[in-house]
Amino acid sequence: MSDIPVDPVPAAGEPADQPTESPGPVRSRARLTGAMLVQAITQGSSAVVTILAIFLALVVGGVLIVFSDPVVSRAWSSFFAVPGYTLSQTWDAVSFAYSQMFEGAILNPSTVSAALHGGSIAAIFYPLSATCAQATPLILTGLSVAIAFRAGLFNIGAAGQWVGGAVVATWLGFGVSLPPVIHVVVCVLGAFVGGAVIGWFVGLLKARTGAHEVIVTIMLNYVMYDLLQYLLSHPAMLQQPGQTNEIAPFIANDANLSHVGGPPPQVGVGFLIAVAAALVVAWLLSRTTTGFQFRTVGASPSAARTAGIKVERSWILVMLLAGGLAGLSAATVVQGTNTQLTFNSYGTYGPDGITVALLGRAKPIGVVLAGLLFGALHVGGTYVEAATLGQVPADIVQVLEGLIVLFVAAPALIRAVFRLRGTAGTGMEAVAKGWNG
Amino acid sequence: MTTLAAAVRAPLTTERRPAAAATFILLGLINICIFGLLSHHGDASFDFSQPGLGVKIPVIRIPAAPTCFVLGAISIGLGVARATVPFSQRGKRLALAAVLLCLLVSVLCWADAGEIAINLINLVQGTLVTSIPLTLGALAGCLCERSGVINIAIEGQLLFGAFTAAIVASAFGGLWVGLVAGSLAGGLVGLLLAVFAITFLMDQIILGVVLNVLALGMTDYLYDRLMAQNPNYNTGSSFGAIKIPGLAQIPVIGPIFFDSNIFLYITYVAVIGIQVALFSSRWGLRVRAVGEHPTAADTVGINVLWIRYRNVILGGLIAGIGGAYLTIGSVGLFNQDISSGFGYIALAALIFGRWTPLGSVAAALLFGFCLELALVLPTVNPSVPAPIMNMAPYVATIIAVAGLVGKVRAPKADGQPYVKA
Repeated sequence: MSDIPVDPVPAAGEPADQPTESPGPVRSRARLTGAMLVQAITQGSSAVVTILAIFLALVVGGVLIVFSDPVVSRAWSSFFAVPGYTLSQTWDAVSFAYSQMFEGAILNPSTVSAALHGGSIAAIFYPLSATCAQATPLILTGLSVAIAFRAGLFNIGAAGQWVGGAVVATWLGFGVSLPPVIHVVVCVLGAFVGGAVIGWFVGLLKARTGAHEVIVTIMLNYVMYDLLQYLLSHPAMLQQPGQTNEIAPFIANDANLSHVGGPPPQVGVGFLIAVAAALVVAWLLSRTTTGFQFRTVGASPSAARTAGIKVERSWILVMLLAGGLAGLSAATVVQGTNTQLTFNSYGTYGPDGITVALLGRAKPIGVVLAGLLFGALHVGGTYVEAATLGQVPADIVQVLEGLIVLFVAAPALIRAVFRLRGTAGTGMEAVAKGWNG
Repeated sequence: MTTLAAAVRAPLTTERRPAAAATFILLGLINICIFGLLSHHGDASFDFSQPGLGVKIPVIRIPAAPTCFVLGAISIGLGVARATVPFSQRGKRLALAAVLLCLLVSVLCWADAGEIAINLINLVQGTLVTSIPLTLGALAGCLCERSGVINIAIEGQLLFGAFTAAIVASAFGGLWVGLVAGSLAGGLVGLLLAVFAITFLMDQIILGVVLNVLALGMTDYLYDRLMAQNPNYNTGSSFGAIKIPGLAQIPVIGPIFFDSNIFLYITYVAVIGIQVALFSSRWGLRVRAVGEHPTAADTVGINVLWIRYRNVILGGLIAGIGGAYLTIGSVGLFNQDISSGFGYIALAALIFGRWTPLGSVAAALLFGFCLELALVLPTVNPSVPAPIMNMAPYVATIIAVAGLVGKVRAPKADGQPYVKA
């Protein structure tokens, strides 16, 4: 316990066994790009910490892959007899799993060579388009959690807000007939409103009564799950007539979010909405008075209040926007990939949104990148499960995601493991706050 | 030490607010307008029969609608009194308890359709048992947070405890071994929480969420790899009821409280032990000092980091027992995501109970009752849609948190890593 960092800034602490380096000469040479790169690596800038964290998570994930493979785990039990064989088996199993994951999610070399010999060029981009499709709802729920974080609120309720948006989008999608383009727009806006109402309610309760948003959002998640189940089990509500399952009718064709680029590699309009939403949130946070107020409230509510910012108004507004973003996420699923709402549609978009927001450091661009990474992991996980005939289960991806966020959020650990010296923060400090705000 | 004691004895409540009075009146109106007007015309009947109860209590019948009206009027009266007359701290709590009791009886009157009587003894027993993981989880949170470490990982501790208890009990054929293993598994998650939060100064809310994700991912993965492929690792054996000699013979009370499985007795011991230790021992004073003002505690020679490590791990061990209950204490079999949000409800109970052991237990019992009621009601009154009934505990929590609890104050240093200056 003696090696506790003595730095006054908690998350920026460096391991105590490293001497403080003199910044002078390094700073003067920093103009050269190469030197800057070296400096970034040795001092552990946030990008480097993120990459190392992903690497470390993949190493730990490799242990699970070894454990999954009966041949390799048997080889390990006789490690001291044939160490070379054991290591080569391990390397084969782990590299096969990860390369399959890469091929499934990003680029499959065989499609490239096929394209060179006159095959389909479009097929090269198929894995990437699947990744984008998976990433779309994650980016939007991630933005929902992230924008609330920036105002100092912890939105565990993206799942409930997602359901709010999904219900409205579904109802507008099959229950109302409108001209083609207008129908899509109305549905997407409806989803935004549906989620925003749920979020607004949370903000309102917090502002008026002081009810903690963590409790209220958790409880609203359960309320919304039950509400969804109720709506989907009554034909008078949202259930498809003649069905006994909890399933809604298909939404009208002209309410579907179409694709750009034709089949099969395609970019859904949903993905474009997600990217546009990220840009709008980035603009809002960094270029507008409202965004400035959010960030001030997030940094210190009492200071914000002293400066004349209406803290309660910011809470309500930011939760409204957070809910709306989660509702948009529902629109991209209900109108885009599934075209039908079922009881299981909400999946894990809400909880995943939290990890995406944390990995993206609650910054819009970071959230897009984190969403793409998690989307790729999801696609790759399914692919690798199929490629190994179920020997490497897709559940492994969830462990990888958890480990990545764990390591990214503990830069002190990464620096200790990789012997980096830097004291640069990772931007993670201001993300979440304790109960007393 | 005396100034320290004064500092940590500061009440965890905030100023008087009119919201409580308004909520009392709102709940009274709900009693009258919803439960009173919508209940069937006739009597609601309550059954107290139970084998081995000792005495025979007749079925009690009360007129459903009029009872709701009277109870609603009482609630409104209390609300008006709360708004006009100053109440003592004790009076406030009694008034709150009375209003909640009125609401509860109204719900029961409304729910009972008259044909099948609601068995209250079963309901109370079910509530106690359902509340076990919630109570133990909330106590785990209480131990952590009173020493200044936020514990969102209760869910992960419950889940990992449940998994480990099931697999160890199945593989080694010993339920007691499973119980110990489940507890240790919770302690392991607690240890991770402690290392990352206290030594690596990681943000504790992020950490808690991440540990939950990891626990879910790991148990899903191991379930796939081990249990789904080999049923011998998930045999589904569970503890039976143990009658406490002497106490179990007391009429009515005995069968309810002293004829259950070992987990309920562990819960009794944990609740009383932690309440006494936290508020009447030197150990507890130190823990609270560390949670409120670690620098002051450090100045008088208390080892802040050690106390935090110890409490976080101890909390993990307790939550692990709560997790073990979910498998070897009730259904026996482990299923993916068996804790299904109980850890988050325990967290809400902790906050609702204002970070005190007894308060958390009361809140956990309230949640447990609502969960149990949602299970029982569809069998007595099939006309109530099950999803709407399932919603009730969560809606009740929101009303309670917004109207009755309001802004709560956590231990002052909760969530802040301590770095020696």
